[in-house]
Amino acid sequence: MFDLFKFLGKDESPSKDIAKERLKLVLIHDRANVSPKFLDMVKGDIVKVMSDYVEIEEDNIDIRLNRVPKDDNTFGSALVANIPIRKVKKIGKNIG
Amino acid sequence: MGEVIVITSGKGGVGKTTTTANIGTALAMEGKQVVLVDADIGLRNLDVVMGLENRIVYDLVDVVEGTCRLKQALIKDKRFNGLFLLPAAQTKDKTAISPKQMQELSKELKEQFDYVLIDCPAGIERGFKNAIAGADKAIIVTIPEVSAVRDADRIIGLLSSSGLSDPMLIINRLKIDMVKRGDMMDIDDTIDILGIDLLGVVPDDEQIVISTNRGEPVVSEENTMAGQAFRNIAKRLLGQDVPIMNLEEPDTFVEKLKRLFGLNKRKSY
Ligand SMILES: Nc1ncnc2c1ncn2[C@@H]1O[C@H](COP(=O)(O)OP(=O)(O)O)[C@@H](O)[C@H]1O
Ligand SMILES: [Mg+2]
Repeated sequence: MFDLFKFLGKDESPSKDIAKERLKLVLIHDRANVSPKFLDMVKGDIVKVMSDYVEIEEDNIDIRLNRVPKDDNTFGSALVANIPIRKVKKIGKNIG
Repeated sequence: MGEVIVITSGKGGVGKTTTTANIGTALAMEGKQVVLVDADIGLRNLDVVMGLENRIVYDLVDVVEGTCRLKQALIKDKRFNGLFLLPAAQTKDKTAISPKQMQELSKELKEQFDYVLIDCPAGIERGFKNAIAGADKAIIVTIPEVSAVRDADRIIGLLSSSGLSDPMLIINRLKIDMVKRGDMMDIDDTIDILGIDLLGVVPDDEQIVISTNRGEPVVSEENTMAGQAFRNIAKRLLGQDVPIMNLEEPDTFVEKLKRLFGLNKRKSY
């Protein structure tokens, strides 16, 4: 079917906006790979924050950057973390 | 003591050699002592872009291997006072020199020159490591396209892990009509993504091809947009505060007519 809006170029974002979005996403992954320290640093900080509340099996932590599909058929990035917990600490321990 | 600046990009064909030749010439025109070093061993090009290909006797590898003295390999550009070229070897490959040797050579050169500009080969392998080894500063050239910007980002990361953490950005081959249509990333888009400081913007200009055909850097042509852009970049390197030029073509009806009949040259901004 003849699509008037497509013909007028109205329904598509300017191609430079598409380029920019795609670049931003691909660079999240590129940058994380360029510095192998990236995920280690994230892991270290997460452990630090969570340790106030739970006891973590540090050796079995799995953190990675994944590509996740979005509703509009594009992909986004997600930091996926699997952090096994040994036990929950008593709440209030660090308060006061 | 001078400054060693490496001109790099990651992706090939985006304008490193053109940029090295023109910034170097412009700096010499400003009265500086400048040496252009072609670090693209095996694929030398800076010599033809500069129009100095017939004067090569020795090259960078000869200097490093001790076949000749540095002074013998430096080609003096007779058109511009203070401008020299150290050509790359054409028949050897990148492993003919080591980063350590490049470092020593850079040190020796900056004792004699105000600016040592190193034209880096494409890629991130040995040739890149050689080219950046002795650099004090880095310029990253990109064109406003997805693959080139992606590679530029990679290079920024690699430079920073080699201690070159504040590279300066040149956006080359900007097409103002495409930017206006929303079909090319503009200056802000590109800076926004790469997150480094802008040194300059060079429009896509067929004068570059014409001047390269002749072996004359475009900065020596008064009335060219690209020439003006490179002269501005050189001034910024010298610490002058020069605004980014207006990249619009003169397009009033009368001017179009004049251009059609060859009555006026392209205006410079
Ligand atoms: N601003 C520009 N406008 C038009 N053509 C250009 C421009 N910059 C570079 N070019 C052309 O692009 C090609 C690649 O440039 P070059 O400097 O050799 O890139 P690199 O050294 O990065 O491989 C050459 O043919 C050159 O003439
Ligand atoms: Mg080149």
